[in-house]
Amino acid sequence: MKLTDDEKAMLDGKEGTAVRKAMELLIRYGEALGAERLVDTNNVCGTSGGSTPFLRQFAAKVGSMDAVFSEFNLDSAEAVEIPPVKAFSCHLIQSMDPAHWEIQGVEPEVYELNSRSQLFSARIGLQLMNTCAPYLVGNVPVKGEHCAWMESSAVVYCNSVLGGRANTEGRESVGAAMLTGKIPYWGYHIDENRLGTHLVNVEMDVESVMDWGLLGYYAGEIVQERIPVLQGVRGIPNLEKLKHCGAAAASSGGVELYHIVGITPEAHTTEMAFGGKKSEATLKYGKAEQKEAYRNLNSAEDENVDFVVLGCPHYSLRQLWEVCKLLEGKRVRKDVSLWIFTPRALKDVADRNGYTEVISRAGGFLMTDTCPALGQVRPKNARIAATDSAKQAHYLPAILGLQTWFGSQRDCIEAALSGTWRGELR
Amino acid sequence: MNKIVLRGRKVVGGCAEGEALVTKDTISGWGGVNPIQGVVTERRHELRGKSFKGKVLVFPGAKGSSGWSITFHVARLAGAAPAAMIFNDMTTKIALGAVVIHSPAVTGLDRDPLEVIETGDWVKVDADRGVVEVTKQEKEGE
Repeated sequence: MKLTDDEKAMLDGKEGTAVRKAMELLIRYGEALGAERLVDTNNVCGTSGGSTPFLRQFAAKVGSMDAVFSEFNLDSAEAVEIPPVKAFSCHLIQSMDPAHWEIQGVEPEVYELNSRSQLFSARIGLQLMNTCAPYLVGNVPVKGEHCAWMESSAVVYCNSVLGGRANTEGRESVGAAMLTGKIPYWGYHIDENRLGTHLVNVEMDVESVMDWGLLGYYAGEIVQERIPVLQGVRGIPNLEKLKHCGAAAASSGGVELYHIVGITPEAHTTEMAFGGKKSEATLKYGKAEQKEAYRNLNSAEDENVDFVVLGCPHYSLRQLWEVCKLLEGKRVRKDVSLWIFTPRALKDVADRNGYTEVISRAGGFLMTDTCPALGQVRPKNARIAATDSAKQAHYLPAILGLQTWFGSQRDCIEAALSGTWRGELR
Repeated sequence: MNKIVLRGRKVVGGCAEGEALVTKDTISGWGGVNPIQGVVTERRHELRGKSFKGKVLVFPGAKGSSGWSITFHVARLAGAAPAAMIFNDMTTKIALGAVVIHSPAVTGLDRDPLEVIETGDWVKVDADRGVVEVTKQEKEGE
């Protein structure tokens, strides 16, 4: 790979051992990709610390947080002291809600590990946003901005809706990016790689948040890692709909960028989305395809729901406002747990708006920092889940072994109140 | 013995051999495998319940969460990583994953490995030279 003078200096150890290790990792990674060079970035979203499931047993073994960062963020078995980050870096979702860890079933030693992880992350200068949706709380990349982000649902939002430039990075590459302000110039950082590959003719009205999740889930499963161009969408979707669409497409497949003709910034027209290239395949999305996605997302058979999960990706204020309208004055059934997830910064607004009180008076919980799939947190004895998130419905059976229903926010709230799943594709 | 040689490009250097585990499904790292056991757990996956520990994993590529690399990173520390990897579609997820697994990995082979290699074949991966040597499993009656 071709290195600039400042990159060579970092590789030579002029900025210390940790930065040298970070640069070495970026070079190994860049060469694996076949990248020719690195690009500057001052917008990194990632994760550090050692309390996530699977990791924690190793984190407990390696001891210090510097050692945890060395191994899991720099791929270095040798523990090195981690300096303050060079790039603006935000922490993504964590493994528990520090305000609800006990009802989430988290062990005290894991809670303690999480607290130490937080202190360490703050010490090296991470922004403790603790959300999968950094664009909800102030990190909104500008069109063309080179980013090094983890979190597939955030990356696809950044690329598709905002026109930022990011590949789906992993924990080790963002660790290296935090310390160096560099990331391989490859994939979606480069103009020609951002053109559409598959035309999707949308032949039905796609309106609700649920509709958008189904469309994303279907398209992702077909195109896998490629770039779908959705044509024929009427009306203007809002943030929540696109948040759901991308998260779904990045779960059933590996979509990191999609275009919607006439709506997203790199697709004023179909021609612009494909940049003069021909579509490799043309798909149709109608009632039959929607039904297939819906069927694939519903893994449950038992209608007796005992766990309702909302807020994947983390709920926006609009979604909290909507759910509170459904919950006001109602009561969640005694044997059902209703957990709603939002970024901590938005919970502060929710507190002031009275939403937290509406939810808790109904018997539900407004939680932050984590989600059941990522933290592997759940109510004791939960068996049958219901969620309005295609992503969460995709992952819950594999991660927590829960039968899972997928439906609208209203379907989920009705299940929380009655204990019975009545959702259907209307 | 029926030997087939494929040529491609190094992703991560080194040399390893083992029994092939082949799938035409892309693999989800985080949320799709149990890294401590080295087993695929995704609900509608062809390899669900199968172990890739010590195998030569032959697959189209990575999908899903950005937790791909860390999941396989943990699998390496747990001693449950594949011995080598052969894949078709290059993405950041698979590149970084391969780098932190430390096992030899190759891509861009001159023939589609998903067509040539079957589960149970013995496969030697010399990633530094970009050479994959496949010894077909002897089938009954042949």
